[in-house]
Amino acid sequence: MKKEKFNIITDSCIPLPLENIDTDQIIPARFLKATTREGFGENLFRDWRFDKEGRRIESFVMNNPSYKGCILVAGKNFGCGSSREHAAWAIADYGFRVVVSSFFADIHKNNELNNFVLPVVVSEDFLLALFKSIDANPSTQVTVDLPAQTITNNATGASERFEINGYKKHCLMNGLDDIDFLLSNKHKIEEYEKTAQ
Amino acid sequence: MNTLFDKIWDAHVVQKVEDGPTQLYIDRLYCHEVTSPQAFDELRARGIGCLRPGRIFCMPDHNIPTQNQDKPIEEPVSRKQVDTLVRNAREFGLELFGMMHPKNGIIHVVGPEQGLTLPGATIVCGDSHTSTHGAMGAVAFGIGTSEVGMVMASQCILQQKPRTMRISVEGTLGRGVTAKDVALYIMTQMSTSGATGYFVEYAGSAIRSMSMESRLTLCNLSIEMGARGGMVAPDDITFDYLKGREYAPKGEAWDKAVAYWRTLRSDTDAQFDEEYTFRAEDIEPRITYGTNPGMGMGVSERIPAAESIDEAGRASFRKSLDYMGFSEGEKLTGHAIDYVFVGSCTNGRIEDFRAFAQIVKGRQKAPGVTAWIVPGSWSVQRQIAAEGIDKILEAAGFEIRQPGCSACLAMNEDKVPEGKYCVSTSNRNFEGRQGPGARTILASPYTAAAAAITGCITDPREFL
Repeated sequence: MKKEKFNIITDSCIPLPLENIDTDQIIPARFLKATTREGFGENLFRDWRFDKEGRRIESFVMNNPSYKGCILVAGKNFGCGSSREHAAWAIADYGFRVVVSSFFADIHKNNELNNFVLPVVVSEDFLLALFKSIDANPSTQVTVDLPAQTITNNATGASERFEINGYKKHCLMNGLDDIDFLLSNKHKIEEYEKTAQ
Repeated sequence: MNTLFDKIWDAHVVQKVEDGPTQLYIDRLYCHEVTSPQAFDELRARGIGCLRPGRIFCMPDHNIPTQNQDKPIEEPVSRKQVDTLVRNAREFGLELFGMMHPKNGIIHVVGPEQGLTLPGATIVCGDSHTSTHGAMGAVAFGIGTSEVGMVMASQCILQQKPRTMRISVEGTLGRGVTAKDVALYIMTQMSTSGATGYFVEYAGSAIRSMSMESRLTLCNLSIEMGARGGMVAPDDITFDYLKGREYAPKGEAWDKAVAYWRTLRSDTDAQFDEEYTFRAEDIEPRITYGTNPGMGMGVSERIPAAESIDEAGRASFRKSLDYMGFSEGEKLTGHAIDYVFVGSCTNGRIEDFRAFAQIVKGRQKAPGVTAWIVPGSWSVQRQIAAEGIDKILEAAGFEIRQPGCSACLAMNEDKVPEGKYCVSTSNRNFEGRQGPGARTILASPYTAAAAAITGCITDPREFL
């Protein structure tokens, strides 16, 4: 896994103004058979991007060259359903670094964070306005400032603060993961096991 | 004044990380072949083993075929994934119930039936339906593969403590109304994200009188309204179910365990962050009409109109109906179907096959319907034979297949073809879930049986 350190990102967006996008859509089950983490980006949103003969579906936003960038903007309850981390791997592997939505499913949100993709929760109003900005101008840029915990729609100047706990923020900014942390305090695990008997 | 959830969670806290998550001790980790290989790789890359291998149990379930399991898996990629789990379990010294092992089956069916899942325990698995195990009075939740790696390495996980919600169902369930219908009903009321961020305790008289199998079905579906997990306080129904199961405590240890388990209930003055109460009498047999499990209705009702959906959700609603080939305001009883699937971690237990048999007994499968009847485990399979359910089903024109996840997510050969309708006892009706282009209607085993013999969506109460 690339543990790319996170700081400030400014880029254009790919909009998916649909609610309840489940992880089966992000990566269908038939593509979960790999035993490594690589290559899932190819099949990200597979059945929305390609028809059954493998031809690109031109009407789908990711096949429209006007839309590019490393920021995915999606409707409410993004990543619901299956816990498959393959969904987060596909998003990261495709090149996204940030996902913006007004609401994320719990497991998927953790999976993104564990793969150095930042889920940014914004208000419903901010999200709707951002979809409108992108609709009016596909090159609309967004700035995500992790140190300041702010997201800005550069088309309108509207800015919001987003939440992330201090521990995870430190991990993302320094390229550290949870296993590093857990292995560094093994003595606490052993102490717990003694008292829990 | 603690909730059941708080009591179990608090008893497993190793430490609270400053301005961060809780480090929680995990009693059991279950591993299947799809979400574990990259976690084992992570350990290998770090040159470490599993910290507590005795707490980890492995079994393949997602990819395995439901016929000819005595032969090697034909599909090379599926075979590789299953073989990888076998190799990893051996290398890391973990207990494995491999394909054809008498204890093999769907991980969420096997855990409770082997007595591996116990009240008061913390249980995780790289699978969102881990919420199932909460029915035994455990704190059980699905995790991602990076988190599976964390637990292998440290027997701990870093998690934000969820908020608590109590959902009570009071009263007596009507004829033909099962735990599946209760769950589908609650989901429609709550939406697919209504319980996100919460851990749910199910309570109330309708829940207390449910069998263990029904409670497992109910908790299984907690994730479909976004909940981190669902649980039911353990009681005599739980203890009777567990007693004598292979991995459950025995003798003096059993008595001691039961004495402790009896303390596992929410205090009468416990404060939940959210509370909901539903009436059992309001629930009728349910079906889904859309492409998420919250898009459901009573079997005799009509699909809602788009105007009744809030604006932000309307595009998704229309896309959904378009995919399903249904219209606003349509009534679905009498609508022809092509496939019936009975099985999965939701409805693959003995009670589900008894229910299916109750309706098909003495009747015949409709000619145009393909039915896949898939027990959740070999143990369920053996019980089906012991009770003579296999004979009833065969006489009605049904064949029982070998255990596995099967058509619930179609990672093996059991795929519903494009455009075909399948009445399914599984848990998700997402686009393409049962095969590319497949159209899934979620329902109980009773409703699946009624559809299997009539060839169309049918109110099962006509046969009960």
